[in-house]
Amino acid sequence: MPETELGQQIATGTAVATPDPSSRGGRTTHLRVKGLNVHYGDFHAVADINMDIAPNAVTALIGSSGCGKSTFLRSLNRMHELIPGARTEGLVELDGQDIYAPDVDPVLVRRKIGMVFQSPNPFPTMSIYDNVAAGIKLNGSRISRSELDGVVEWALKGASLWDEVKDRLKGPGAGLSGGQQQRLCIARAIAVQPEVILMDEPASALDPIATQAIEDLLLELKKDYTIVIVTHNMQQAARASDYTAFFNVGPDGPPGRLIEFDTTQKIFGAPSNEQTAAYVTGRFG
Amino acid sequence: MSTAEPSDKIALTGGSRRDRMRRMGDQVFSGLALGSGVLILVALSGVALFLLIQGWPALTADPSQIPGGDGFVNYVAPLAFGTILSSAIAVLVGIPMAIAVSLFIVFYAPKRIAQTLGAFVDLLAAIPSIVYGLWGVAVLGPAMVGLQGWLEGHLGFLPFFKGPVTTTGRTMFTAGLVLGVMILPIVSAVTREVFSQTPRKLIEGALALGATRWEMIRMTVLPFGRSAIVGASMLGLGRALGETMAVALILSISGDVTFNLISAGNPSTIAANIALKFPESSGLAVDVLIASGLALFAITLVVNMAARSVIARAERGAR
Ligand SMILES: Nc1ncnc2c1ncn2[C@@H]1O[C@H](COP(=O)(O)OP(=O)(O)OP(=O)(O)O)[C@@H](O)[C@H]1O
Ligand SMILES: [Mg+2]
Repeated sequence: MPETELGQQIATGTAVATPDPSSRGGRTTHLRVKGLNVHYGDFHAVADINMDIAPNAVTALIGSSGCGKSTFLRSLNRMHELIPGARTEGLVELDGQDIYAPDVDPVLVRRKIGMVFQSPNPFPTMSIYDNVAAGIKLNGSRISRSELDGVVEWALKGASLWDEVKDRLKGPGAGLSGGQQQRLCIARAIAVQPEVILMDEPASALDPIATQAIEDLLLELKKDYTIVIVTHNMQQAARASDYTAFFNVGPDGPPGRLIEFDTTQKIFGAPSNEQTAAYVTGRFG
Repeated sequence: MSTAEPSDKIALTGGSRRDRMRRMGDQVFSGLALGSGVLILVALSGVALFLLIQGWPALTADPSQIPGGDGFVNYVAPLAFGTILSSAIAVLVGIPMAIAVSLFIVFYAPKRIAQTLGAFVDLLAAIPSIVYGLWGVAVLGPAMVGLQGWLEGHLGFLPFFKGPVTTTGRTMFTAGLVLGVMILPIVSAVTREVFSQTPRKLIEGALALGATRWEMIRMTVLPFGRSAIVGASMLGLGRALGETMAVALILSISGDVTFNLISAGNPSTIAANIALKFPESSGLAVDVLIASGLALFAITLVVNMAARSVIARAERGAR
């Protein structure tokens, strides 16, 4: 298989970055992906991904449309398998635990690895408060009203939304602007206190100011969470991420592969792969 | 400004013959739609008018001449009670069952099983009601005697299960169950359709929060389908209120007004009463039956309007 330059790189692991070991009690890897292949029925969408995702850092996934970024992202919290016929092979470890092990409950995986979607999806029949509280009340957890109030406020503050909505918590979540709705969804995700937050183009439907708000938020959030974000916005990846992974499909089409994975500085400053260089300088894709 | 030639002007007038023809198609269609709407109104008011005119003698007759000798209201009240009671049981039994079946088909069953099950549920609608009646008398009624005995023994302190249990099984309880099965297909067809249209991004949003499937359904599917559930229930209730043959066959009728669901003495329903009495009636007795039909019509109308306002309020609340 490793006939191409790309294949060699992946096989020898040169594409894998070495993250800063200072955080998370010296652990360097929070989410480890080994030999991951992702399929939709007979369609092989993503092949042979190896990636060590650092804790308390923002890892950006970039690459042209259709190269499998969303597919890969959704395989990290077992959302992928909800599509009929979809399956994955390989290893995804959260703190050393295989999330695809047979005795692992996908519901619990998703509580630890939360997700924010491309278009904001607050629950339309729920108030702002209830949207944030929705995840906390799940799985039979009992929590007192005052405790819940506290968590909701904390989550909304964490998503930089508190000041804008504190006077209308009982108002409908769907009554917010797009950018506010997206931050509401982020608040909803952090309210359950996950370890990792996956974001699939969270700012693609937002104007520059709302986008800036999300980017500022990423810098705050990474103090407490590990963040993986898909983006088509090169500036955003360059500004807001610590590590960048470039995906691309081969010359004969899918599956998509991980071409290069390194610190964002390296990927945008001195990429070692030609395709990466071409992509980040906007020469294709 | 002056550089633009007149031919560059955007044409707002004129237009080709084909354009005009297309617009005519619009007009024809809107005319047809209006016509059908009016037709429905005419038919509805025609029926109401017929019931009112034909039933008028009964409404105005001397109370002593009405069967029972106590006036029309006293004649129709027990029937209306029976109608509403049997329909209430049907709704209580049929709608949760229909929703459960729909949820199972849309969210739990493997695709092949879901399709087969869906087809079978739809087939329930094709069974003639007389067959339901026979099934109720011959199979379900006798089979329910044991359960009804148990209910009397354990829940006998409730007025519904006071007993004494009849051994024929031809009770309000059985009739309500059969009606429940009869309304299942229509309610399930509507709710199934709506449940399957729950926006995918809401479903995924709930699951990504770590919701189980049932929690996801409670957070997204049921709120999304709420007004459809009410609407479907009204369709089912409408069918249960007007159902005739099954009830006429199953119920052993005494005319008592009682909440006791498991004994031999049961009120009849308006529709069943008409079916049973009509062949042997003449003169004023026929008018009385028709007037009771008017009462049924009014009940259905009121129920429908109430449901509509419930839906409207629910939708406003959702926004
Ligand atoms: N539900 C699906 N069923 C079958 N194939 C799918 C499905 N979703 C995505 N694919 C295919 O998988 C491949 C990767 O898609 P994916 O959505 O992961 O790309 P992406 O990198 O996120 O693209 P974009 O930047 O446009 O969002 C594509 O070829 C796509 O057609
Ligand atoms: Mg995508």
